[in-house]
Amino acid sequence: MAMNEKGEKKKRKVKVIKIDVNKCNGCRACEVICSAFHSQTKYGTNNPSRSRIQVYFDPLKNIYVPVYASEYTPAECAGRNKYIMDGKEYIECAFCGASCPSRDLFKEPDSKLPLKCDMCEEEPPLQEPMCVQWCLNKALTYEEREEEIEEETELKELETGLESLIDRYGRQKLMETLARMAQKE
Amino acid sequence: MRYAETGFNLEIDLSTGNIERVSTDPKETELHLGGLGTNAKILWERVPPEIEPFSPDNLLIFSSGLLCGTPVPGANRTIISSISPQTLLMAFSMVGGFWAPELKYAGYDKVIIRGKSPDWVYLWINNDKVEIRDATHLQGKSTYETAELIKEELKDPRVQVMAIGLAGENRVYFASIETHRGSASRLGLGAIMGSKKLKAIAVRGTKDVRVARPAELVEACKEILRYIEHRLNNPLPGVPPILARIGSPQEMALHDEEWHTISFAWGHARHRRKDFWNKEVEKMWADALERARKRLISCYNCPVQCAGVIQLPGHPPYIMKCFSKLTYTMAAMVDDLEFGLKIAGRAQHYGLDGYTTPQVLAFALELYEAGILTDEDLAGMPEDIEGRFNWLLDRIVRREGIGDVLADGVYWAARKIGKGAEAYDHNTIKKHEQIPIKLGVTNPIYYLMWSTGEKINITQIEGQIPQAPFSRREEREEFVKDWVHIPTGKEEKFKRFILDWGEPGTAFPYYPSIDVACELVDWQEIMHYIDDSLGICAGLSSFPIKPPYHIHNLPLIISYASGLEMDEDRLWTIATRNRNLVRAINILRGLKKEDERPPEDHWKKRFPEYEAKLLEEYYRYKGWDERGIPTKETLNKLGLNYVSEEFIRRGILRDSEGSS
Ligand code: SF4
Ligand code: SF4
Repeated sequence: MAMNEKGEKKKRKVKVIKIDVNKCNGCRACEVICSAFHSQTKYGTNNPSRSRIQVYFDPLKNIYVPVYASEYTPAECAGRNKYIMDGKEYIECAFCGASCPSRDLFKEPDSKLPLKCDMCEEEPPLQEPMCVQWCLNKALTYEEREEEIEEETELKELETGLESLIDRYGRQKLMETLARMAQKE
Repeated sequence: MRYAETGFNLEIDLSTGNIERVSTDPKETELHLGGLGTNAKILWERVPPEIEPFSPDNLLIFSSGLLCGTPVPGANRTIISSISPQTLLMAFSMVGGFWAPELKYAGYDKVIIRGKSPDWVYLWINNDKVEIRDATHLQGKSTYETAELIKEELKDPRVQVMAIGLAGENRVYFASIETHRGSASRLGLGAIMGSKKLKAIAVRGTKDVRVARPAELVEACKEILRYIEHRLNNPLPGVPPILARIGSPQEMALHDEEWHTISFAWGHARHRRKDFWNKEVEKMWADALERARKRLISCYNCPVQCAGVIQLPGHPPYIMKCFSKLTYTMAAMVDDLEFGLKIAGRAQHYGLDGYTTPQVLAFALELYEAGILTDEDLAGMPEDIEGRFNWLLDRIVRREGIGDVLADGVYWAARKIGKGAEAYDHNTIKKHEQIPIKLGVTNPIYYLMWSTGEKINITQIEGQIPQAPFSRREEREEFVKDWVHIPTGKEEKFKRFILDWGEPGTAFPYYPSIDVACELVDWQEIMHYIDDSLGICAGLSSFPIKPPYHIHNLPLIISYASGLEMDEDRLWTIATRNRNLVRAINILRGLKKEDERPPEDHWKKRFPEYEAKLLEEYYRYKGWDERGIPTKETLNKLGLNYVSEEFIRRGILRDSEGSS
């Protein structure tokens, strides 16, 4: 992304994964490859609970909802939401991608650090995110388009992580811990 | 560092409530891989032949395969093993879905159940937290209800559950263990679970499974996916539609049922209806299936979608795949597929084997027609066939009245009923009901498979080759062109087998020649033993013609995932070792040559002398003596010296034997 002069609009590539829930068969291949791709050594481990896509499905109710991890939130919404569509009752917050204190979803299982879909950002860039590549049934398809946006700084992964730790332990405690760890090294 | 496997088993003693996490010896993985292989090793060591199926000392092992939980597509099988209450031999059944990978993520390769709980319980495995929980409120609940209730209770929709229904609770000898996505249905494992008063095992895991050579493994997986995609778009030409695809037989997607309905037998494996199939039936059946089927779904990490979610108005939904679509309809001689779909759902909620159950029901009605079972035995049974099937089903799962007798399966029921009922036990092998097929002339390949398969189920030994010759020479040439699946050294021979098959003088039973038949059967069987230790679905590997996995790409995949040094020879040896270990367990349990034969009427035209010769030669090829017992030499070459020693100790082999 090229840096722009102040005040200028900049172009941004918008990446869209289209989710056709009618084509999803609940195989969770997307979870498998996502967790492998984002493993510390790439593909070195596999663990769907670390996946940034989670498929909530209940074949007996004919429910299939792949959801992508979106923002980390320190506090849950004021209430929950629960969809009923075509007579089918979905679980609470079924369509929400937030890494939220109300549930275990979209958090690293041990550290509880938030997970967020990064569209498999990599150099050189992938043709398509991994989940799309592994979804042979084309429930997930990928599109790119350009959009003009106002400049804004996005929080990088590390910052989001630190922010969530601040929320959990407080800024003071975190700084102290970091300082103590630095001394030990 | 352990790769692909976790290196830990969970040992549960239901009598004492003791729970232990036990590390396993990596040497065992080198020798047996995992799944069926290591299950057999554990049963050999810990369940001597004196232990009866329902004894608390019998083990019930739920194992993942070595590759489950890695990114290897279709590696999702749970291999459940124990001693069968019906055959009294080793039982092993493979079930797809999501359970085995979840177990790996919880940090275990196997759950080994021993003992017997005083009250109904279920097991809850949540990473390091493992609990035996009260299940009295689940008693009598269906397999599906049980899973739903447990998920609610644990407040996690991502929990994976294996459960038994009423049939397992009441120790029906053909009770299954069900997941939401498949059944471990053969050989009565559900009854063993019931005898332990274990209603279900729920698992949730959030730990990592490591692989040894990540980048190479993922490349190999991509290769597999590309081939799967190719095969999904290009069914094989020249074979019936049902054999042209990969995956479990695509019964939920296909409407052309000509092959099954005209070449398989209806009723209690009695009647061929060669002119049954026509356009009108096809339309009717297609409509029935389309109405009932909500979606095609897959197992964990597989795109093939072999199962269908079935929902009929007024009936609870269930998940079906494969030939059980037809087994009830055909056994009842009913022309309406919807009947079969309805009763199959009820049976699955009860937790019953979809192959054996319809045979048992049809057998009972045959005895009734023959006057062997009387109105008194069947007091209250409705008049119509559909009502009768349902009525008998309800009695069997509750072991009520005649149901108590029938619940042991055809073999035992026939002997208990007596009065000539034994003569109606015409479709079992090793006391286990078989798929209803009755054909014309002994097929030497199938003769050997029916006779010797220790899974006692033809679909768990067959695969790789077409079941009939291609009619035209060009088709055969086309077929062998990209037939890369053949083991090294056999290419010439097996391609020639296909190329010549269909020429004059290539009729059964003398074609193929005995040596080729032996080699083909050995290949087919070994591929299944490989899958069952790796946890790879047979539908992607040992079962179809030209599958994605084969003896040439599997060694690399194993090696990338697990770090084991592997090549074709080593893999073949491991599978042969596992195969012989299963046989050894059964030899100790009294398996005899006399048990190794298809039903008398399996083919109309039989060749007793030639068949005997076939079996003899096959035993020799396998390194077994004339009684079908692995020789000392065979065993020791496979590193199974402890088996040969035990055989000698028990007088099964003589000390001098084996070098012959
Ligand atoms: S890979 Fe595709 S079909 Fe499978 S669960 Fe994910 S979205 Fe659904
Ligand atoms: S091929 Fe079919 S049965 Fe096998 S793993 Fe895939 S979906 Fe399941």
